[in-house]
Amino acid sequence: MSALSYPFMQYALVAAIITGLSAPAVGTFIVQRRLALLGDGLGHVALTGVALGLLTGVAPLATAVIVAVAGAILIEVLRSVGRTSGDLALAMLFYGGIAGGVLLTNLAGESAATLNQYLFGSIITMSRADLAVVVVLGVVVVATTIALRPQFFAVCQDESQARVMGIPVRLYGTLIAVLAAVTITVAMRTVGLLLVSALMVVPVAASQQLTRSFRSTHLAAMAVGLFSAVSGLLFSYEIDTQPGPTIVVIALAVFVVAAVVRGILHARTRQEAVHG
Amino acid sequence: MTITPVINASGVRVDLGGTPVLRGVDLRVMPGEFVTILGANGSGKSTLVRALVGLIPHRGTIELFGTPLDRFTDHRRIGYMAQRPEVFSGVPATVTEVVLSGALSRRPRFGWPTRADHVAAADLIERVGLARLARRPITHLSGGQQQRAHIARALVADPDLVVMDEPMAGIDAHSAEVFAGLLGELDERGTAIVMVAHELGPMAPLVDRAVHLESGLVEYEGPAHGPGSQDHDHAHDHAHSSEPAVTRPVPAEGPLGGLE
Repeated sequence: MSALSYPFMQYALVAAIITGLSAPAVGTFIVQRRLALLGDGLGHVALTGVALGLLTGVAPLATAVIVAVAGAILIEVLRSVGRTSGDLALAMLFYGGIAGGVLLTNLAGESAATLNQYLFGSIITMSRADLAVVVVLGVVVVATTIALRPQFFAVCQDESQARVMGIPVRLYGTLIAVLAAVTITVAMRTVGLLLVSALMVVPVAASQQLTRSFRSTHLAAMAVGLFSAVSGLLFSYEIDTQPGPTIVVIALAVFVVAAVVRGILHARTRQEAVHG
Repeated sequence: MTITPVINASGVRVDLGGTPVLRGVDLRVMPGEFVTILGANGSGKSTLVRALVGLIPHRGTIELFGTPLDRFTDHRRIGYMAQRPEVFSGVPATVTEVVLSGALSRRPRFGWPTRADHVAAADLIERVGLARLARRPITHLSGGQQQRAHIARALVADPDLVVMDEPMAGIDAHSAEVFAGLLGELDERGTAIVMVAHELGPMAPLVDRAVHLESGLVEYEGPAHGPGSQDHDHAHDHAHSSEPAVTRPVPAEGPLGGLE
């Protein structure tokens, strides 16, 4: 394909592959914990990190990782202390993150429009150094979710049970949130901070239409994420749109197709039960 | 040579939200003993077992297998079943996956289930009569079937002590019989069992000792045949789900009398 003859498209493609795999890889556990909006909250916090980078002249990717990880740890602490509900803690992160992000960007002498490329993804702005960071972090996220899948599964499925079994529940709960924060910054250039959460959640929702086990949901979600990210990126180049929204619309389309197929399969099973 | 108790708890006190729920409970369970914890709603039964397995902070001392609770790390030796284990999660999980997760007490920090874990899980799923449903999502099962999957999860690592919080609540008669059979096998193998119950049903003949709590204190401790056996008759009724409105009568006399 001619698009791939440009180096920036090659970088973008590698980033899309990594993002497509890592977002649902950690997203499966986030959904299992019923924290589907965690990614959104952390995405907003990462925006403050980006703005901090703009203000200080440090690479926004680095500051976004640091601030988002700090936000993830904070939210887990708030959850475990139990004084604030997870819901309320998330809401405060949303508002604080976005207000802080725009405020700091203004202080840096930039308009909020600068944030656009971080909010919705931008494939032409990625440097080679950015790409290296994205690849390393993405591989760490995917490898960790696979290596610790049994323990993460137990923590997300039944926290009390996991605690009695001796699983370090607080440590692993925090680790899942930290991995989500890292994934958000990995996905920042491809899908953008406002839509990254969709790539964590929608592929999981799509695959569980057709899967029965946790393991197959985890793997199928990664496949759906990979397909959406790569096809969305290439399509966005062809029709000249921003990659983030294009990728998310494709993921949603996969969800709709999966839901329709599930409906047809169910109807058929029911018919067979009646006639057979 | 003295035998180390499986559970040795003394003066256990727990406050929940500033309210004293346990007010100094002593409990000693020996290897192979089947102890049932009875009492009315709010008497502190669940709180006691949750404290015993380390789920809620307590004052007083609790030792498991001779080791203080805060230093106890041999998690494989304990199988726990909560009153209402979490079933719903955002992502489907099969019966096999849920049961297999119980084997993680052998490797809580890191590591995948081994072949032996898979064999143990398949064996327990068979024993609780769920072999046909092993690959179904657990949410597709009936309440009694889910409870059977959860007892299988508690037993999959071959524990020496099983702690169960009202495993019989709301389950059908068939599941209750499966339970009784399974606990009978455990009892024969010398596994210690601590079970919170409202009604003993088909378990009554297996129980060695009953501890009756009232307002956070041990009200009676002794043979179970008094309070438990009267339930035997309606063990075969359909799902006695809701909790009785009246406190079970405490027998006037028992070998250990009305302990405070």
